[in-house]
Amino acid sequence: MSEQFLSPQRVAYLRARRRHTILIHSLRALILVGFLAAWEIAARLELIDPFIVSSPSRVLGTLGTLYRTGDLWLHVGTSCLETVIGFVLGTVLGTLVAICLWWSPTLSRLLDPYLVVLNALPKTALGPIFIVWIGAGTASIIAMTLAISIVVTILNMHVGFLSTNPQKIRLMRTLGASRHQILWLLVFPSNYDTLFNTFKVNVGLSWVGVIMGEFLVSKAGLGYLIVYGSQVFNMDLVMATVLLLAIAAVVMYQGIQWLEWLLKKCLGVIS
Amino acid sequence: MIIDLRQVALTYQSPDGEVEALRDISFGMEEGEFVSIVGPSGCGKSTLLSVIAGLETPTGGTVTVDGEPVTAPSPKVGFMPQRDHLFEWRTIWSNVTLGLQIRHTNTPKEQAHVHTLLDRYGLAEFVGKRPSQLSGGMRQRCALIRTLASDPCILLLDEPFSALDYQTRLTVSADIYDIIRQEHKTALLVTHDIAEAISLSDRILVLSARPAVIRSIHSLDALQGLSPLERRDTPAFHTVFNAVWKELNADV
Repeated sequence: MSEQFLSPQRVAYLRARRRHTILIHSLRALILVGFLAAWEIAARLELIDPFIVSSPSRVLGTLGTLYRTGDLWLHVGTSCLETVIGFVLGTVLGTLVAICLWWSPTLSRLLDPYLVVLNALPKTALGPIFIVWIGAGTASIIAMTLAISIVVTILNMHVGFLSTNPQKIRLMRTLGASRHQILWLLVFPSNYDTLFNTFKVNVGLSWVGVIMGEFLVSKAGLGYLIVYGSQVFNMDLVMATVLLLAIAAVVMYQGIQWLEWLLKKCLGVIS
Repeated sequence: MIIDLRQVALTYQSPDGEVEALRDISFGMEEGEFVSIVGPSGCGKSTLLSVIAGLETPTGGTVTVDGEPVTAPSPKVGFMPQRDHLFEWRTIWSNVTLGLQIRHTNTPKEQAHVHTLLDRYGLAEFVGKRPSQLSGGMRQRCALIRTLASDPCILLLDEPFSALDYQTRLTVSADIYDIIRQEHKTALLVTHDIAEAISLSDRILVLSARPAVIRSIHSLDALQGLSPLERRDTPAFHTVFNAVWKELNADV
C-alpha cells in the first residue's frame, strides 16, 4: 500500500464506487437465488408440475446420479472434444482459405457469389447430407460444426485482411517486401484482433454445430442426453444437461480468453 | 544527376475512365540536394514519389536513379510515409530493423549501423519499448531511422509531418532536416505546406493541378546556410512564399 494522501472527495468517490459494485454483485446473486427458490417452492407446492418443469433439487439429484454412474464425464467429455476439434478445424481451415482469397483477388472475385450463398444457407440443413455421406457418427457431427464455423471465419478474416492500411502496405513495398512478406509481417499481425474475435464467435458456433449434430446422430454427448431425456420424458435429465452445457460453454469461452492472452504474450502484442 | 526524370507521364486506367496524373515531368537532382515539391492537393505529388520509388511504372518517359533505370523498389531509395506507420506489435528495435529483415540483410554490421543511428538520435534507451510508449516526435525519428537503416542515398519524404500538430511539426521537421544533412542524403520532400518547403529545401518545384506539370522551379540560394527556423525570419522567405502562393492559387 502506498502512503498516499487521498482527498476527502477522492475517498468519498472510491467508497461510493465500491458500494455500487457490492450492490450489483449482491443483486446478481439475489436474482439467481430468488429464481431457484421460487422454482423449488413452486414445484414442491405443485403450483407447477415438477414432472414437466423439474426442480432445482431434482436437477441436483440427477447430476449426482450421472456423476456416480460415471456417465457425466463421458457425455461432457464427448461433447467438449467434438467442440474443440470442430473449433480448431473451422478456425484453421477458414483462416487458410481467407489467406488464399487475400493472396488472389481473382480467386476472391470468382468465389464471391458462392460464399454469399454458403453464408446465407442455414448450415443445419446439411446435417442429413453429412450423415448419408460420412456415416452416422462423430465425423458427421464434426463436419456439421465445421460447416457452421468455417464460412464465418473466411468472411471475417478476409474482410480483416482487406482492411489493412494501404499506406502500410505501400511502406512495406518500398522496403522491398514480397507479397509473402507483406502477408506475414504486416497483414496477418495487424489482424490479431480479428483473429481473436473470430475465436470467440467460433467457440459459440462450434457448440451450436455439436449440439445440432448430436441431436441428429449420436450415442453420447450432451446433445444426445437432451434428446434422449425429452424422448423418455425425463425433464430432470434435460434440465441437468442444459445446466452442464451452460457450464461447459462458459468454461470454454474463458479458455479462449486465456488462450488469447497467452498468444498475445507469445506474439509480443502485450508485454 | 542522382535522380533524373525525362518526360515522365502517368495515366491510370480504371473502370470509370482514364485519369492523367502526370504529364511531361522532367527534372534532375544533384547528390546531396534537398528539393521540395509543392502543389494543390490531389495533383499527383505522391504519385510522382511512387514513380521514383519504383512502386508505379510510368506510362511514358524514363526515370533513372544513380544512373540505373527504375523498375522496382531499390535499397538505394528510402521512403518516408505520411505517418510513422510503426508496427504496434513490434518493439522499436524490430521496427527500425524491419527493412533489414525484409531484405535479409540483418547482419551484425548492419545492426551496428542501426545502433549508431539510434544512439546518435537519442533513441538507444527505447529499443525495447513499444511505439505507443514514445512521443510523436520520437516516433517520427524512429520512422526515419527505419528508412536510414539500409543506408539509402536518396530519401523520398511523402508529407512526413502532415499528421503532427503545428508545434511538433516545427521541431520535428528541423530535427529531420538536421539528420538528413548530417547523413549527407539527397532528399525529395512532397508537402502542401509552402513554409515548410522554403524552410527546408535548396529548390522548390511547383506542380499544377491534375494532370501535374512543372509550373515553376524556385531556387533558394539566398537562404543557404540558415537553419529552418532562421529561414522563416528572412525577407527572402516571404518573397518566395508569396510567389509560390500566387502560383498555387492561379489554379483554384
